[in-house]
Amino acid sequence: MNLASIVKALNLEVRCGGDALDREVRGGYVGDLLSDVIANSQEGHVWITRQIHQNIVAVASLKDLAAIILVQGSEPAADTLDKATREGIPILVARETGFEVAGKIHRLIFA
Amino acid sequence: MSYDKTFSVEGGNFQAAGNVSSEIKGILKDLGLPKDTVRRAAIVCYESEINIVSYAKRGEIALHADDRAVQIEAKDEGPGIPDIELAMKEGYSTATAQVREMGFGAGMGLSNMKRYSDDFFISSEVGIGTYVKMVVFNLDLKLHPDHPQVTTDRIRE
Repeated sequence: MNLASIVKALNLEVRCGGDALDREVRGGYVGDLLSDVIANSQEGHVWITRQIHQNIVAVASLKDLAAIILVQGSEPAADTLDKATREGIPILVARETGFEVAGKIHRLIFA
Repeated sequence: MSYDKTFSVEGGNFQAAGNVSSEIKGILKDLGLPKDTVRRAAIVCYESEINIVSYAKRGEIALHADDRAVQIEAKDEGPGIPDIELAMKEGYSTATAQVREMGFGAGMGLSNMKRYSDDFFISSEVGIGTYVKMVVFNLDLKLHPDHPQVTTDRIRE
């Protein structure tokens, strides 16, 4: 399952990193605690969170995550967007809650 | 190959938090080290940088890289850690509400440093500061039988 299919299926809004949507997604992790995400997410995961400040980009980059999905219509801060654009990390915005987003992506990947 | 550089980290500056780790990650990549070594070194570096920013007045991160390993030393002028064993426990945190709101202070920083390094040393004095040394072995091809910790860490990963 690549990122583009997830974007389409969940009707996600692409805020940056639109040229990296062909990447394969291997799973996901949900969390707002950065060190928890560092400890438990894996390469190629999508990260579902409500955090919008620029340190989420550092975490996604450190763990080589496929994308950051902000839930409930949270918008990335301006410097977050700049940094993510520079580092080529897609930031996607979902209108739905983290629970809905995680459930749908899980079904897409593993069903 | 041998590379050394020391970076200073400003306490309380969350805007710049992570910059040193990003720079170090770039340096290690440019040195041509294996992806896994770069990734693990960048993670332990990031966690130590965030700790300096979250708790200390100022600090320093010293990078040493050679063909055998990457070593990250983080030293700060800060409050120090009264009970290191307790601080090492996953989930234990003394972060302020403001720090936690940003998603830091999960109480996993020190355990992540240990988890992603092959060799971890910490020493701290209350009222003076904290020193952490982490070594990430550059063992891309073969696990060395003399370092069983590397083996278990890789399996857990």
